[in-house]
Amino acid sequence: MQDRGSGIEDREEATAPNSVRGSILPHQSSILLNATAEDHHIARMAAVALGLTVLEAAIPSPLPGVKPGLANIVTLIVLARYGWRTAAWVSLLRVLAGSLLFGNFLTPGFFLSLSGALLSLLVLAFAQHLPSRWFGPVSLSIYAAFAHIAGQMAIVYLWLIPHAGIAYLIPIFAAAALVFGTVNGLIAARFMDNEETKQFGVP
Amino acid sequence: MHALRHIRPGDWLTLLSGSVCVMWLTLSLWSGELADKAVIRSGGKIFREVPLSRDQSIEVPGPLGVSLILIQHRKVRIASDPGPRQYCVRQGWLEHAGEIALCLPNQVSVELLGSHKRYDSLNY
Repeated sequence: MQDRGSGIEDREEATAPNSVRGSILPHQSSILLNATAEDHHIARMAAVALGLTVLEAAIPSPLPGVKPGLANIVTLIVLARYGWRTAAWVSLLRVLAGSLLFGNFLTPGFFLSLSGALLSLLVLAFAQHLPSRWFGPVSLSIYAAFAHIAGQMAIVYLWLIPHAGIAYLIPIFAAAALVFGTVNGLIAARFMDNEETKQFGVP
Repeated sequence: MHALRHIRPGDWLTLLSGSVCVMWLTLSLWSGELADKAVIRSGGKIFREVPLSRDQSIEVPGPLGVSLILIQHRKVRIASDPGPRQYCVRQGWLEHAGEIALCLPNQVSVELLGSHKRYDSLNY
């Protein structure tokens, strides 16, 4: 192996004698990923969601797990404007990148976020087909919030704390899901409204 | 109000059903004391105390034969008993602290205990 290795180096020097100052990286190669406009868009929205996640981490919470879930606003807007597939990308990228940022990748906290995100995406996949004349972002947000907490409680009960005592926390989480789901839905609706009026040039 | 403009008719329905759901969860989960463990007695003496977290079946010997006690999904029942009238078997699943099933002929009983005892005994 060693012989082969040095052989390659020799050849490298022979073929490119005066290459970049003794060539710091003899086998330098670049991998080019062709990112489409949609990829850029997903990345941008995921970054916004990530920003909201970081912002939210600074808000003190009375009970671990009770969080406003501001990043879901982004998911809702993306769902309404670009469809479920893009929303799923944004949501899951946010979970992954957020866990890397906070250093809890593959820890229980990561799986809690992931299960919550997956279940709320699943519910949104069905809820998005509700007639939009009657059901707006507020409904979707509430359903997603309930699904989120259901996914998390399932992980907590099945894996982390298999004890009936956690049932006592369910009403608190459910109430929080209802309140924050409504607020997030209203914020999302407000944003979408602004975008629409801007598009039509109405201030 | 300005924000209410964004709530569509179906959203009110969602809000209402969500509120009902939260209230129902609160009432059902915060009212009855959930049980932590089962105390199994045979002949008046404590045979075993088992936590409800693990599903299992326990055979308890008595003067008439063996009573079979099942623990499943944090609930307990007496699955079979050699007694003639089968009252304790027909009582079904017990899940709240304080509930008790007695098999008098075979002198076997199973009682559920929570973190604190609200009732001496519960029967329906």
